[in-house]
Amino acid sequence: MTKRIDFKPGKNHPGSWHNDRMPQRLKNIPLLKPFYPVVALVLGSFRDLLPIIVVIGFFQLAVLKQPLPDLYGLLTGVALVTLGLTLFVQGLEMGLFPIGESMARGFARKGNLFWLLAFGFALGFGTTIAEPALIAVAGEAAKVAATGGMITDTPVERSSYAWGLRLTVGLSVGAAIALGVLRIIRGWPIQHLILAGYLGVILMTFFAPPEIIGIAYDSGGVTTSTITVPLVTALGVGLASSIRGRNPVTDGFGLIAFASLTPMIFVMAYGMIRTL
Amino acid sequence: MNWLEHFFSDLGTTLRDVLPIAAVLVFFQLFVLRRRVANLPRLLTGFGFVIIGMALFLQGLEQALFPLGKLMAQQLTDPGFLFAGAAPASTHWSDYYWIYVFGFAIGFATTVAEPALIAVARKANQVSGGAIGVLGLRYAVAMGVAVGISLGCFRIITGTPLQWYIIAGYVVVLLQTLTAPKMIVALAYDSGGVTTSTVTVPLVTALGLGLASTVPGRSPVMDGFGLIAFASLFPIMSVLGYAQLAEWWINRKSVKAQENENAL
Repeated sequence: MTKRIDFKPGKNHPGSWHNDRMPQRLKNIPLLKPFYPVVALVLGSFRDLLPIIVVIGFFQLAVLKQPLPDLYGLLTGVALVTLGLTLFVQGLEMGLFPIGESMARGFARKGNLFWLLAFGFALGFGTTIAEPALIAVAGEAAKVAATGGMITDTPVERSSYAWGLRLTVGLSVGAAIALGVLRIIRGWPIQHLILAGYLGVILMTFFAPPEIIGIAYDSGGVTTSTITVPLVTALGVGLASSIRGRNPVTDGFGLIAFASLTPMIFVMAYGMIRTL
Repeated sequence: MNWLEHFFSDLGTTLRDVLPIAAVLVFFQLFVLRRRVANLPRLLTGFGFVIIGMALFLQGLEQALFPLGKLMAQQLTDPGFLFAGAAPASTHWSDYYWIYVFGFAIGFATTVAEPALIAVARKANQVSGGAIGVLGLRYAVAMGVAVGISLGCFRIITGTPLQWYIIAGYVVVLLQTLTAPKMIVALAYDSGGVTTSTVTVPLVTALGLGLASTVPGRSPVMDGFGLIAFASLFPIMSVLGYAQLAEWWINRKSVKAQENENAL
């Protein structure tokens, strides 16, 4: 295949480090100087968690008027969450972002559209099919379908329904990422595709069995996991910054939007087909 | 030892989540791109950090915040709390005011802590050269989720059809798209999908199911869904709105500066 992607050589976006998470006041304490990165990251993570702690504490103590149970477990739990978030953010800049961008540049340099679309599809399909949140939602959907009389209420029928649903969502997310990649390369404006997607959702809503609609609408939100999102975002931004004429901000984002829109359409279609 | 057991089970979950991703990356890197990866040890350390970080994060949430938050959702929707005793035969939607407040607060707080949103906000900040603020974007998204969850609770309590809200939301999003600054549009659409993952989904699901099983005339199977859909739609509006406001503010300032100059 000939070169079909106009590769633009240049530098990667440098990852911003811990500086933006460090309060200015603490930068002035000399004793803390060697520990800047660690202190900054931990503080940043704790700041991110503070709202949840405040909300849960307020409702427990002031609204429900109950004591905090197991204070020790609570404090160690918060410490673990803070530590976990700190490591995750650090790993993001070291691992997920660089590999996403370097592969995007690799594909752009290679210039082979087929392999790039295949990569997008595989990434979308592979990450979604094993997603724990999706497995839970598919199980719920099978329960609803059995209660609503759409399928016979046997374990075999239920698990076949749930598996079919997972496969459907996996294929739709794969197709969505591939389409999103094609959009970045061609430079199509995102709103036209989103408008088409919204029309698809509305159209399907009128024909799908009413029991499936709630689950279909929710399925859009649960497909994109915490590890998929940074990777897919880096892929989009990396592609947009390696192709001539594309802007990383206006063209690079949007892959996640497709990945959360198409499952809604496909789950409703699945509900229709299974009830025929 | 219970602690360690939990940690390894969470590590297993995270690994299962990462394995297909790693397989796809390795396959395409080795067989299609066929190039050496720059700085491989650093990359692998990063992946290790992500996996261990997620496992610790999940472990801590399950140990401290999820049980309390889920119990809270149950207690707040309990007729014993809301009506100081048995539920009256008919309830008015405004009787559930604590639910709306809780939905708003928990929607905002869980979104601010969502790791996927942190990732997208950092990337947006990097590529926009600092024009898009990390915290500004995250708070805008969190406001959208907060309003969405509150309205979603109202929908479950009143039992109105989900699709009318969603379709009306789509119309608003499309109208905003026509007038919003071009730079933000794709990012705003993305922010709908990233808000609902690790932290938000379990707590919000517990709230929806608790509400649908205690409000008279609702069933958890039929009415318990839809909160996630609200939480993924409303951030699109709030991020677009945030950008529109920012643009309006800057225009106003430059108009004023112009006027001042003319006056001199």
